[in-house]
Amino acid sequence: MIIGAITGIKEMKSKLNITNLLNELGVLLGLISMGVLFSIFSKHFFTVNNLLTIALQTSIIAILAMGVTYVIITSGIDLSVGSILAVSGVVTGKALLAGLPIWLSILLGIGMGGLCGLINGVIISNFKIAPFIVTLGMMSIARGAANVITGAMPVSGLPQQFAFVGGGRIGIVPVPVIIMFTLAAILGYVLKRTSFGRYIYCLGSNEEAALLSGVNVKKTKIGVYVISGLMAGLAGVIMTSRLVSAQSAAGLGYELDAIAAAIIGGCSPLGGAGKIRETIIGAFIIGTMRNGLNLLSINAFWQQIAIGAIIIIAVYIDTVRRRKES
Amino acid sequence: MKELLRMEGIEKSFPGVKALSNVNIDVRAGELHALLGENGAGKSTLMKVLAGVYKKDNGKIYIKGEEIEDLNTELSQKLGISIIYQEFNLFPDLSVAENIFIRREPKNSVLNFVIDDRKLNKQTEEILSKLHLNIKPKTLVKNLSVAEQQMVEIAKALSMNAEILVMDEPTAALTESEIVELFKVIKELKQKGVGIIYISHRLEELEEIADRVTILRDGKYIKTVNYKDTTVDQIITAMVGRDLEDKFPPYEVKNINKSKILLNVKKLTAKNKLNIEDFKLYKGEILGIYGLVGAGRTEFAKVLFGKDKCDDFEVYIQGERAEIKSPIDAINYGLGYLTEDRKKDGLALNLSVEYNINLPSLDKIATNGIIDRQKAKMSAEKYIDALKIKTPGMFQLAKNLSGGNQQKIIIAKWLMKNSKIIIFDEPTRGIDVGAKYEVYELMIALAKKGVGVIMISSELPEIIGISDRVVIMREGRFTGELEREELKEKSILSYAIK
Repeated sequence: MIIGAITGIKEMKSKLNITNLLNELGVLLGLISMGVLFSIFSKHFFTVNNLLTIALQTSIIAILAMGVTYVIITSGIDLSVGSILAVSGVVTGKALLAGLPIWLSILLGIGMGGLCGLINGVIISNFKIAPFIVTLGMMSIARGAANVITGAMPVSGLPQQFAFVGGGRIGIVPVPVIIMFTLAAILGYVLKRTSFGRYIYCLGSNEEAALLSGVNVKKTKIGVYVISGLMAGLAGVIMTSRLVSAQSAAGLGYELDAIAAAIIGGCSPLGGAGKIRETIIGAFIIGTMRNGLNLLSINAFWQQIAIGAIIIIAVYIDTVRRRKES
Repeated sequence: MKELLRMEGIEKSFPGVKALSNVNIDVRAGELHALLGENGAGKSTLMKVLAGVYKKDNGKIYIKGEEIEDLNTELSQKLGISIIYQEFNLFPDLSVAENIFIRREPKNSVLNFVIDDRKLNKQTEEILSKLHLNIKPKTLVKNLSVAEQQMVEIAKALSMNAEILVMDEPTAALTESEIVELFKVIKELKQKGVGIIYISHRLEELEEIADRVTILRDGKYIKTVNYKDTTVDQIITAMVGRDLEDKFPPYEVKNINKSKILLNVKKLTAKNKLNIEDFKLYKGEILGIYGLVGAGRTEFAKVLFGKDKCDDFEVYIQGERAEIKSPIDAINYGLGYLTEDRKKDGLALNLSVEYNINLPSLDKIATNGIIDRQKAKMSAEKYIDALKIKTPGMFQLAKNLSGGNQQKIIIAKWLMKNSKIIIFDEPTRGIDVGAKYEVYELMIALAKKGVGVIMISSELPEIIGISDRVVIMREGRFTGELEREELKEKSILSYAIK
């Protein structure tokens, strides 16, 4: 009987490992098969240049999506990242025009993002208003602020050295791609290996239990919205640098791409689940599809439809998987 | 009198628990049949079988003499069975009339998908006046008092031509005068020939309305008697009498040093809900808090633990005045809390055993916020071994473990945190007998190490089985205190029931 039990457990383990592996690979498999398909249909797809282009095009959405991932794991949502991107970019642009040093202007832009996130977090955790509502409000406020600051006119004439952040390369790799992967490493580590990261998961899995286990729920919630804001701020700086111009209309609708990337990557809107690595893959799925469909000269409107369909399919797969687990 | 309902030899099991075995009850037209038993005796389960919510495993149900094989909720309603649960099934934002006729609204004679509001309100008025109720059909339910809402439930049942009416603790939330009104309605219903099954903990109120009494205990049928042929004492004895052997670890007499007060609640009040004075917990004792559902035990625990707000809070922990404003404060003062509903607020079910065990103690295994994975694994392993938590591994998700093992994860949390006072709220609810025994052993071992254990429980046997001292709560205050030697089920119940 004991032997039976042991083999039973072993079988369970190996079975678990296979399903785990499939689960882990799930999103990546999607990305790879998409890549294979595009390679078959277009000879321009699988080239170093094009892959770097995809990475560059994906980097801004990926950076936003990482912050959003933190938020979604706590079972929150952040609709304001696209607008925060704009206001942060505008702040950086204006600071540069005012003659402030580049590093300070960048910090001001990122700080602006952090401030917006802080406001989101404080309102959500102190006044107990649903994150959907608060960040919807911030979406409008931040966009409005960007318009007020610029009068809806582009801020151009930025110093040439500043263009390095968004447009430069180290070796052949674009700087935003390097920033994206560095941040992914850091944010992934924080989520997995720190107390703060664990609190985020516990909070999302069961807020009541987290509270009764002594987790500082307020602080943790504020923390994730600040991080989301900081990421959006940084994305705004990169975007401004790439265009060498700050625009109050920048990043319009990007919050949806960012949320889509996180969801496709396996973040559960119910909270408690999600990984930075997979969010990055989710962002790449969106980026790759845009690029591939462009190469195949399929117009942008169809791309919208395809992305919408993928979101629903991804969430459906996730739901089925969860149902099987329980 | 005509027999309306007969349930014979009803059996029902849930995984790991036999909820009903061989239970009988019958109801005649125009009688009030009281269904009595402690919490967990099987009353609600039996009524859910009658409602068609649960399927019986075995037994027979006859309604008006006809055997009904497959009872479901729809059929049950069609056959004239109506159940008024403690938690009402009303829509607060709809009107009284809309609630009473939900899904059966009278329709316009021409456009048969349009609700005829005039007819709806008129029919409602008729029903309400039959019950002599002064409620307007158009009033929104959320604007009614609890008693009025209950009347709406009764009116709804009558509108469906209910012949068998089940009332689960109908007086629990009513004031004295509202109860008088309710009893008037009940008497009228009896005269109309409705058969009523009446579940209540307030034995004294049966005097006025009960015809017969059926008593359940531990899911078993004990007896059915005419109310006038029995006494409250006999009823209580039938409700509790049982042998406790083997269910609990043998009791060891302890010398509790009453100068070592761990917790001293001088005054703790919360508006209308709690009024507690002079509550003491000594080092190394297991203190049972008994009370019926709604007596305020969990509310007390949650206020003490900083989860819920209160008005007065004068609490001393190990002689020191404690300011507890959040669970974080409580935990820092050495408190630990096993909640009543581990799935709702005890565990992060989608996370691993290791995550859950270490959650309150991350400061012990992390430096500068970065977790030492080796330490995390070691501590999880230590408690999985010590508490014999049955799991394929520490990375298994908490939701995949059995109830008893989930409970042990939560105990492990507070052991790891080194809590000095641990509140166990219904620690053995929904776990099997073997696991219960292990949980008792753990509590006893904790007390031996000097931890102050507070056990909130609705199960008298476990209160008597392992407590060193028992306090009884009713309506938000402590109504009695008994030392180990004085513990008798009857005396405890008499403090809890009035």
